[in-house]
Amino acid sequence: MNNLIECRDLVKMFPSCRALNGISLQIPSGRIVGLLGPNGSGKSTFIKLCNGLLTQDSGQLLVGGMPPGVETKRIVSYLPERTYLNDWMTVNQMIRFFSDFYGDFDSARAYDMLARLNINPAQRLKTMSKGTKEKVQLILVMSRQAQLYLLDEPIGGVDPAARDYILDTIISNYNPEGTVVISTHLISDVEKILDDVIFINGGNIVLTASVDDIREQQDKSVDALFREVFRC
Amino acid sequence: MAWNLQSDRPIYAQLVEQIQRMIVTGIFPAGSKMPSVRELATEAAVNPNTMQRALSKLEDDGLLYTQRTSGRFVTEEADRIMETKQTLANELIQQFMENMNRLGFTREQAVELLKNAKEEEK
Repeated sequence: MNNLIECRDLVKMFPSCRALNGISLQIPSGRIVGLLGPNGSGKSTFIKLCNGLLTQDSGQLLVGGMPPGVETKRIVSYLPERTYLNDWMTVNQMIRFFSDFYGDFDSARAYDMLARLNINPAQRLKTMSKGTKEKVQLILVMSRQAQLYLLDEPIGGVDPAARDYILDTIISNYNPEGTVVISTHLISDVEKILDDVIFINGGNIVLTASVDDIREQQDKSVDALFREVFRC
Repeated sequence: MAWNLQSDRPIYAQLVEQIQRMIVTGIFPAGSKMPSVRELATEAAVNPNTMQRALSKLEDDGLLYTQRTSGRFVTEEADRIMETKQTLANELIQQFMENMNRLGFTREQAVELLKNAKEEEK
């Protein structure tokens, strides 16, 4: 099993703070990994470094054995925390746009998921509710056959029923050699589908472990452990 | 079929128990083909790797076996299934006895209560 993400002493500074404080970690292929931490802990910064939206100040970062750049975008499917899609477009147009853009995009799969969630593909993004927009965005991201999915807060704005469907989609659609990194603080919703968790706080990695090891050793859920570690 | 997972115990151990139960109760009959890892994982809403781990454990225990090309099957050995059924029953009995003990009943009293209670159940 080779590592899809590998980083050493990764540092990212922002004018007012140190967002990542020299983190080192390896994420192998074939895993679903939860990146968990309180607000402002560095989750999104880490994800943005992995897909080349930010560059590190020091340290090393490899994605699929390469530094983030044009080549890695081919294998990485990214769900940002905010919408970046043109809101005058209909879902149909967006699907055409994505399949033009990404060689690994599967339109049939996208339409199938839209139907399951009762989303009308002729509708413009502008006229959709926040939750529906998020669903559309996630569908687009999961319709790629990527090696690495980076999902930044994928279930934050959607209702619990759709949440279950989305988690189902993640389990049944990701390719077995691929890896999914999910950043979230809705831990109890996702922990059943995770292999491993990474706890991050103040730009440092606090803990990396497998979900079942945590449950076995601590006799508690990841959610309970998180509340304990990050008690305010 | 309902998967019921508690949040404070290892998921794979719970999957092992529940599949055992499905086998002994005939939901997955002896000799039948098991659904794929992915189907089972989706149904239980768990990670496929965790489901794989549970199925491997059941294979090691001899309840399931893999045929290289055609998939995974429930064992045909009725004895093996009966043995599992017995183990599960023993666990239930032990739990019951422990609980009765905590309520202050001796083993004999508990057995007596159990005998008398049987009529009231449907």
